[in-house]
Amino acid sequence: MVAINRNTTRRWNWFDGLITAFMTIAVIAFLYPFWHTLVLSFSTPAFATSLGLKFIPPEVTFDAYKVVFQTNIIYIGYGNTLLRTVAGTALTIVVTYCAAYALSRRSLPFRSTLTFLIVLTMFFSGGLIPMFLVMKSYGLVGTKLALILPMLTSAWNILIARNFIASIGPELEEAALVDGAHPLKIVFLVMFPVSMPIIAVLTIWTAVAHWNAWFDALIYTTSEKDIVLQLVLRRLLIDTQTESTILQSTVAETTSDTIKAATIIVSILPIICVYPFLQKHFAKGIMVGSVKG
Amino acid sequence: MQSSIEGATIRRSSRLLKEVWKNRHYYILLLPAILFFILFHYVPMAGVSLAFKQFSYANGIWGSEWVGFKHFERLFGSMSFYEILRNTLLISWYRLAFVFVSPIAFALLLNELRHGMYKRFVQTASYLPHFISWVVLGGIIAELLSPSRGVVNTIIGWFGFEPIYFLADPAYFRSVLIVSDIWQSVGWGSIIYLAAIAGIHPDQYESAAIDGASRWQKTRYITVPSILTTIVILFIFQLGGIMNAGFDQIFNLYNPSVYKVADIIDTYVYRVGLVSTNYDYTTAVGLFKNVVGFLLVVLANIVTSRIREGEYKLW
Repeated sequence: MVAINRNTTRRWNWFDGLITAFMTIAVIAFLYPFWHTLVLSFSTPAFATSLGLKFIPPEVTFDAYKVVFQTNIIYIGYGNTLLRTVAGTALTIVVTYCAAYALSRRSLPFRSTLTFLIVLTMFFSGGLIPMFLVMKSYGLVGTKLALILPMLTSAWNILIARNFIASIGPELEEAALVDGAHPLKIVFLVMFPVSMPIIAVLTIWTAVAHWNAWFDALIYTTSEKDIVLQLVLRRLLIDTQTESTILQSTVAETTSDTIKAATIIVSILPIICVYPFLQKHFAKGIMVGSVKG
Repeated sequence: MQSSIEGATIRRSSRLLKEVWKNRHYYILLLPAILFFILFHYVPMAGVSLAFKQFSYANGIWGSEWVGFKHFERLFGSMSFYEILRNTLLISWYRLAFVFVSPIAFALLLNELRHGMYKRFVQTASYLPHFISWVVLGGIIAELLSPSRGVVNTIIGWFGFEPIYFLADPAYFRSVLIVSDIWQSVGWGSIIYLAAIAGIHPDQYESAAIDGASRWQKTRYITVPSILTTIVILFIFQLGGIMNAGFDQIFNLYNPSVYKVADIIDTYVYRVGLVSTNYDYTTAVGLFKNVVGFLLVVLANIVTSRIREGEYKLW
């Protein structure tokens, strides 16, 4: 915890101590809620319902996880979340890259009109009810596609990808054209690999958005077979009326709190494992987006 | 590029058509996105016409009968409208006053951390809540704030105070929203300021050090002025978004006992519109919100485009 100054020449003073102490408290505040949930998920009912801060459980039990892993709806939710994340992200990349590439052509007729019409959707929308009724009229309500198609792309994604592609420079493309390559071949075989930095950013953004999306599932999912993880969580954690119907404990030594905690851990674990390695890409996306193109 | 017969036909028509034809591959690439924006943005946009209609299940949005401003008259005449509008603006105002400044302070403090590894660790930890959905965060917060055995009330108990029903007491609910919002967003929000700070030339600090400037003076006279433009831009856009008071967070934390202070336009539209199927009336409520929000963003853009000769103009 005590920091050693290697790269600065100034002495360590009381102010450094104060900031380090403050930041340590902040770190505890950021992490404790998740640690608490983790501890709770391994707790016995007696410890789970006891008062106070829970840093280390006196005894560890896997009973709550046994219940979670015996529950069919968790598997259905996990499967559907994986499906929407993988399929949704793949489609988003293709659609976004293609549109961004086309809009990065300065010579494209109607380029600015099309860009304007796309940007406009960032600032005005039909709102919840028209969107729902339109989705209903398309016959999408109650289907898995309802969770993928409305998230296919966005003005923001297209803009940052367009700015990136426009910044690559024409040399590579011109060389390929001289070699007689077909324009579409250039798009996918020459320029796509060069665009990898922005593709990575978009992939991570979209995948996390799909993993965490819950509201679309809440309004468009009508049958249990299409349920996603976030909707299972929402019913379990927030809608207390439906709680009993989701997880029926077959193991005596559990409480609804330990089961809830175990479900949370199971569902956020993939994110917690990957985000420290992906945060750089995320941050890069913010920066790319703030450059005006 | 194309066969001579095709080329000949095109050459006879206008220059524009020729250009379009030359770019046909790119239009094909654009096609899925264009269809997407039409089907999932422009058609719903046209669907706001429902705000001026009497919805009938048999005829749908497009076939329902026009009723003029009937829903808006009901809207502006109802008490609940002023309540949700007040809650929306008040909660947004609190976010502007408290949540907006927190990443700035956090970035300035992070910048003062001397140990690089520790700094990166603090940053990584601070990003975590940003990656978790409000469904999960809502569940965790409810557990931590539980009056019977939640951690927060345990600590309050150590000081001899009675437990507080944070999520059910209208007096505390908005504070819970603000504090949990800071907790969730402060780390992520600081990235943009840290980037602005990283862009400051080290020479400035060095020459200040030679002049004998203290750390506080360096922050006050070099760092803060350097990120001021970023602060102003983000503030103006935050101002432009005040009609969005944070649906995801409120929806996963609120309950009927705090509707009086927590029900915002978006939650109202969901409950009264979607759940109770008052489609036409709540389309009018949503349209009111979107039009005001749109005007605010346009205004924000006009203001920001005057700052630094349009460098930050959005369009």
